[in-house]
Parts: sequence; structure tokens; C-alpha cells
Amino acid sequence: MSRKIDITLDVNGARYVHAADTRSTLVDFLRDELKLTGTHIGCEHGVCGACTVLIDGEAVRSCLMLAPQADGASIVTVEGLAAPGGELGPLQRAFRKHHALQCGFCTPGILTTAHALLTQEPGADADRIREVLSGNICRCTGYIPIVQAVLEARAAYRGPARAGQPL
Amino acid sequence: MTFVQNATLVGTSLERLEDERFLSGMGQYVADIRKAGMLHAAIVRSSVAHGRIVRLGLDAARALPGIHAIVTAADIPQPIPRIPLRLVPLPEFAPYHQPVIASAKVRYVGEPIAVVVADSRALAEDAIDLIEIEIDSLPPVGDRDVDAGGSFLFEETGTNVALRYHTTSGDPDGAFATAEYTRKETFQVQRHTAAPMETRGLTAQWDASGQTLKLYGAAKVPYFNRRALAAMMNLPETSLELIEVDVGGGFGVRGEFYPEDYLVPFVARMVGKPVSWIEDRREHLMATNHSRDVGATVEIACAKDGKITGLRGEVFGDMGAYIRTNGGVVPTAAGMFLQGPYRIANVDITVLALMTNKTPVGTYRGPGRFEANFFRERLLDMAAADLGIDPAEFRRINLIREDELPYSIGKRAPHLPEAIYDTGDYHNAFERCLTEIDWAGKAAIQGRLIDGRYHGVGIASFVESGGAGPKETSRFVLEKDGMVTIAVGSSMLGQGLETTFSQIAADALNIPISAFRIDHGSTARLADGLGSYHGRSIIVGGSAVLDGANKFRTAVIEAAANLLGRPNSELRFENGAVVSDAGASVGLGQIATSRPPEDGLLSVDGIFLVNKPTYSYGTHAAYVAVDPDTGRVEVLDYVAVEDVGRAINPMIVSGQAIGALVQGLGGVFLDHLIYDEQCQLLTASFADYLMPTATDFPSLRSIALELRLSPTNPLGAKSAGEGGMVPVAAAVGNAVGAAVRSCGTQPLTLPLSPSKVWSLIHESAAAAR
Repeated sequence: MSRKIDITLDVNGARYVHAADTRSTLVDFLRDELKLTGTHIGCEHGVCGACTVLIDGEAVRSCLMLAPQADGASIVTVEGLAAPGGELGPLQRAFRKHHALQCGFCTPGILTTAHALLTQEPGADADRIREVLSGNICRCTGYIPIVQAVLEARAAYRGPARAGQPL
Repeated sequence: MTFVQNATLVGTSLERLEDERFLSGMGQYVADIRKAGMLHAAIVRSSVAHGRIVRLGLDAARALPGIHAIVTAADIPQPIPRIPLRLVPLPEFAPYHQPVIASAKVRYVGEPIAVVVADSRALAEDAIDLIEIEIDSLPPVGDRDVDAGGSFLFEETGTNVALRYHTTSGDPDGAFATAEYTRKETFQVQRHTAAPMETRGLTAQWDASGQTLKLYGAAKVPYFNRRALAAMMNLPETSLELIEVDVGGGFGVRGEFYPEDYLVPFVARMVGKPVSWIEDRREHLMATNHSRDVGATVEIACAKDGKITGLRGEVFGDMGAYIRTNGGVVPTAAGMFLQGPYRIANVDITVLALMTNKTPVGTYRGPGRFEANFFRERLLDMAAADLGIDPAEFRRINLIREDELPYSIGKRAPHLPEAIYDTGDYHNAFERCLTEIDWAGKAAIQGRLIDGRYHGVGIASFVESGGAGPKETSRFVLEKDGMVTIAVGSSMLGQGLETTFSQIAADALNIPISAFRIDHGSTARLADGLGSYHGRSIIVGGSAVLDGANKFRTAVIEAAANLLGRPNSELRFENGAVVSDAGASVGLGQIATSRPPEDGLLSVDGIFLVNKPTYSYGTHAAYVAVDPDTGRVEVLDYVAVEDVGRAINPMIVSGQAIGALVQGLGGVFLDHLIYDEQCQLLTASFADYLMPTATDFPSLRSIALELRLSPTNPLGAKSAGEGGMVPVAAAVGNAVGAAVRSCGTQPLTLPLSPSKVWSLIHESAAAAR
């Protein structure tokens, strides 16, 4: 009832050629096969947003996609948001400063969603940030500090020097 | 009792030490635990709410490749273990404890019937699809009138009322007989629950040679669970290690002992390989504790001048199908906190715990309090309106004054000691909240239709207990490299303990915070720990850290005395080193490395014993606009004021308050576990079970006061995690009530969904025509 096929994909800048079970979701593939457990599973039906990753720059729910559908894709997970030396990026630093996380479980999906937003719309205002983040559920923070953190991180996404660069 | 005088870190909004691993994807949650050769379990659950199991057909499932075991009640040692109560273990509850697996009967949708162990979760679920389950349905019990249908969850008890008790203070009958004014109303808070972002999960690893078990995924109360599991598995406690990795939120429901906490270790021992079970979201919504679902009929007696002379009522809690570990906490606490922060001499409260064919109920942030405050504060506003008294003035008349403290409300349950509010300035917090929301300025818009919406402001005051005893422990270990590991009996569920405990220890010892590592990861570290609930981690756990720090200083000085050849009296601990009057000095690293190997690491135990709860208090105010065309309520402004005694980390305290507010607002407007008449759960996905999202409640403010230190603990801290939750339904209910007052009907039940609010406005208008 299941078989494996080889898929090729870039994840956080590294190239993988890896067998994927045809009925495996992308999030299970990332977590179980590539051992990238920073991406979390909260509902497995596309509502909570905890599993959000960037696929070719777009924020996507990795629980709603089969792994073979990611063949040829370029993916960024939460593990790819820090600088190469492991130093936290501006969004991550702002989250820490504003106490925009408590238990940390939804945080990877919120960071990837916010990163995609600010990359595309570095001038997003609070209403726009709330609108985009309304697809991610957080049970700890009440969202207010998350919005403050994303607002503050906007500065780092502005200007030609940073446009299009991974953070 | 005194705290360190030179506090430099306590009271500051230090960024959290745990955040870096969470932000970089390096947190380790239970589903991230991988063991060589690990198998995966899935639970077969009842799809019938009430019935007798006739037959389980397992052959086809067992024949599937990759299936290692299918375990049913027949495979579990008899008698089937039942889950003990951790809190309020009243003898009346004995017939209702949950067996770890259903054998003859099923009593709720989601009850475990079998466990499948397979090479993968997907294969285990494939096998579940092949299992034939034959159940003869029995009439389900779902209504409040639980005994009316003659169908009993536990036939041997002959009733579905598990508990009924009655408490009084003063002369309630006399007060009501002579009252100038009375009003009686019936209220209901709907069934809902915490729904943390991480579902439950366990990984069990059995070592056959040593006959020992490691269980990953413990949370909240690992030491209690170790004790319970050891008894069920017939093993010494020391043969079990419960390991707490990162936990994706708890809010009361996570970490309690559930059937899976036995079943997963049982199958791991049986198959001889590590077994992982990760709950999926559908399972979570039908298997993890539900909460709230408390109703009450409450009557108030007042003098015409607004003085409350009596309060009486009947509180009924729907407990679901079994009494789980939290016992009767939810309805008991609702009875306990019905009086609130008011001077009421004559009180009469009856509490009932009702059994129904629904998922069992446990505690969720502010258990019983969210409900009780809604009941009382709504009734207060209705009484004030009847008497023509401003709601704020009505509360001023009745709020307990500081010169009346300590104030006893008596024994509010047969099993509880007398409850005595200790310290506080209730009026101060109340007036601060009124100022912040501009109560006086908003009088003009109260109940007014402005730009097509009814506007209203509501207030609610509360008092709230925290810091349950009787004890917590800590262990300070000086590691070889000079670092200090502090093992704690408290558990971390996202509330930032690694940071706040480090702040306390660093101040107490006056050494850099980077010198500490907080170890909450294993039951192997301490003899016992009570864990994290009832707002107790800082109060009781933090005080145990403080005690450990003081003993650690003494022990280090003693160790240095030998090295320096000076008496203890000439030594002091300064800046990470023991210094003599003569100026000689020896650092922690040197003390660590100079210990003879046979002495092991320098280690001291801290303990804090306490037999009284803390009482935090405060007032919330909500300003709302109600759209009569849609029934939608917008929260335009919200202010929460609470006296937390001492805030160890104000940023974290604020985060707790705002997070609790939004969870509470979800309980007011959104969260709802709905059952149909057959007791089928209709809200078993996040598409059906609604929770607040980022667009819902953008305008909230919290103000943590440090008006009065708690007398129960040397930190002076009071519970800070639940006060943001407990009066939210009360404040919003009053705001909506004020907004729609001209329509004639008042909100008495939650949730205040658009359809319900619309009906409030239009059905009363229709009735008036």
C-alpha cells in the first residue's frame, strides 16, 4: 500500500536526494527522514500552522502536502532562519526580546510565516501582520507580543542590501 | 521570612534563557525523541458513547505485515488497573476511577479499547481500520438531569450523581427570609478545554535485563505519575525514570495520568522494544481532559442600599464518564470561589458532581474560578441594575476592605480547610482598574447605540488561590567545572522556569546567572517533587530554590574552610568565591576540583514547606461593542489588574497575563466542545473547535501590581499564571450585558457566540412586541 520514490530537494541550502514514502506527508519526511525536528505537527489538518515551512519562498503547511510533491523544491525550515554561524536572525532576536514565545511549539511555524511575510512585504503594518498570522494558532502568548516582535523585525528586512537574502 | 536584600535580577525583565533553542528549532519535544528500533503505537478508541463490548475481531489486523502486537483488556493483568486521584481523592469517587482500558463497557467516545503496535504509526492505523468492533449501545447520559432516564454509567452505584455536598456559613436561611431584595438566576459555562499546541505523547523504553523503564514525555506532575505507574506495573519506584523533555503547553490538561501513561509502558515491556505514541489532534480533542462545563443556580440577597446580605446556590459540574486525577477540583473550586472578594456573612452552597457519557473533565487554567466569577459577577450586575446602583458603587459597598483582613469565608467543602484571605488591598486594585478603563468617562456611552453598535463596559473583581503545598524540593550540585546544577521538583510547560529560577538563585548567591543550569528533566534527580499546577512553581518551587541557595552558600563556605585553613566565621561567599577576612580566596571551580573523588560532587538539598495558599486578587474591565445585525462582539479595550505580590520577571508575568486573557476570551466567545444527543463529539478538529487567532483580540492591557507581598513564602510571590483568566467571562459578560440592557435580556450562558448574542437582542425584542 506504500512504496518509495527518490526525490531531490534543497533544504536550508543543502541538497538531498532521498527516498520518500509515497504516502508520507512532507512534514513527516522532514522530521523522520531528514531529522529536521524543528518543524512541528500541531493538527495535521492544515489549521494550526505549526508545520509551516517555506517552499520556493512561499509559506506552506507541510502537513497538507505529500513528500513526493516537494521533488525539486527549495525549502527553508526554522533551522534555516539563523545565520550560518548559528547566531539568531533579526526576527528570532525580536521574538526573544518581546517574549513572543512561551512553550515554543508553535514558534517555528510563526517564524517561517512571518519571515515569508516580511521578505515579501517589509512594510507590513500591524493589521496586515495580524491578518497573515491569523492562520497560526498560539495558545500561550495571546499574539500581542508576536505582533510587536514582527513589527520590530521589519527594519532588518527593508533596504536593497537585504532584499532576497535569507536571514 | 526575608528575601535577599540586594536583588538585582529578581524584578527585572530578563530575556529568557530557554528561548534560543526554541527559536532555532533545537527544542526537543516528545515527538522528537528517536530510539533505535523504536515501534509506534496507535490507540483503538470507542466510537460509541455508552455500550457493552460484545466482540473484538482482531485476526485481520494481526495478519497485517509490520504489526507487532494488538493489546486489549484481555491481555492486561486483572484486575485492570484504575487511575488514582491526585487531588481531592474523596471516597465517594471510588466507583468512578478510570480503568486504563475498557473491558466490558465503554462510557465515552474516545475511550481506549485496544493498542496496536507496529513498525510505523501509519501501519498501526492501517491495522485499526481492519479491527471489527461490535458494541451494543446503551442509552447515553448527557443532560444535567442525569438520573432521569434510568441509564447508569456504573450500574452498581444506581446513580449518576457521584458527589453532593453542602456547606454554609452564617445564617443564610434567615438572611433570605428577611431580605429586602433577592434575585435568582441560572448560569452555564460551556464545556471547553486547553488544547495546547503540542498534543500528548510518550516514548517508553523497557530494559529487560535491569527490569527498569524509561518514560519520555512526562509533564506537570512526573513524580506523582511515577508513583502511580510503579504501583500499576508492580515495580519499585526507583526502577522507573520519568523524563520531562520540552513541553508544548500544558494549561492544566497536559501531564496528568491518562490511560496511555500505563498502556504505552505496558506494550513496551511486552514487545521488548521502545514504543512511541504521539496523540493526533482528533484523539486529543476526545481523549485529553475536557474542562469547565459547570452550571449554577445562584440567588443573592441584598439590602436596598446595596449591601449583600446573603448568597446561596447549587453548583453542578458535568464530570464526563470518569473521575480522573483532578478529582472534584472543577466543581469544588466553583463552589469555593462563588463568594469572591466580597463581604458576605451568610452563604449556602451545594455542589454536585455529575457523571455523563462524555470525555472526563480535569483542570484547565483557573479551574472552577472562571465559572464561579462569571456566575457571581453577572448576578451582581443584575442586582445592581435592579436596585438602581452603579455597578462600581455596588462593588465598593461590598468589596472586603484591607482592615477586615484576614477574612475567613469558612470551610467551603467538607474536605477543605477553612479558607482565609490573607493580605491585600482589594479596593486599590479595583480603583486602578476603573481609572485605566475610564469608567467615569464611559458612563455616557453605557448601553448606547453608537454607529449601529451597542457599547458597554463591564467590570469584575476576583480573589484567587495559588501556591498549593505541602512542599517542593531542590538540589544544588557543584559540578566539576564550577557550574551549579539546580534540580527542581517543578516542571516546565512553557512558563520560563529556567529563567526565573536562575534569577532567584543568582540573586541569592550573587553570582552570574550563566553559572546555573536548571534541571527539571528527570525523576531520577530528586526523591520527590510536586510539579507545576495551581500557580505553585514560583511560590513553592522558587522558595525551595531560595532555600537550596542559602544552604549551598553554607556548604561552599564549609568546604572552603578546609582549603583555606580558616574557620567558617571568618569566611564569606562573594562574587563566586569564598573570601577570608585576611583576603585569601577560593573559587567555586577550585572547590569543585579539590574535592576527593570518594566524596563525590558537593550537593545540598533545599526544601520549602507550606500549608497555606496565596491569595492574589484584582479587577478586570472590558469595553465592548455589540453589532445587533450580526451578534458579533468586538472587544475594544480590556484592562486586567492583579496584585501578584512580587514579579520575579515582569516580562514573563505580563506574558502570562496576556496569554491567559486571550485563552479566557476564547472561552467566552469561541472554544466549545459540542456533543449531540447520542453524546457524539461534534468538534473533533481545529476546523470545528475554534480558538482565538491573531486578528481576534488586539486591544488588551495587563497591569501587575506589587501591592502586598504574600505572607506564605519568602519571595512574597502570589500566583501569576491564572489571574489573567479567572474573571474574563465575568468582565465580558457584564460588558455585553450592559451593552444590550435596553433590549431586555441578559447573557447567562456561554459561549457568547454571534448567534447567541443575536438571539439575546432579537428574541427579547420580539417578545416585547
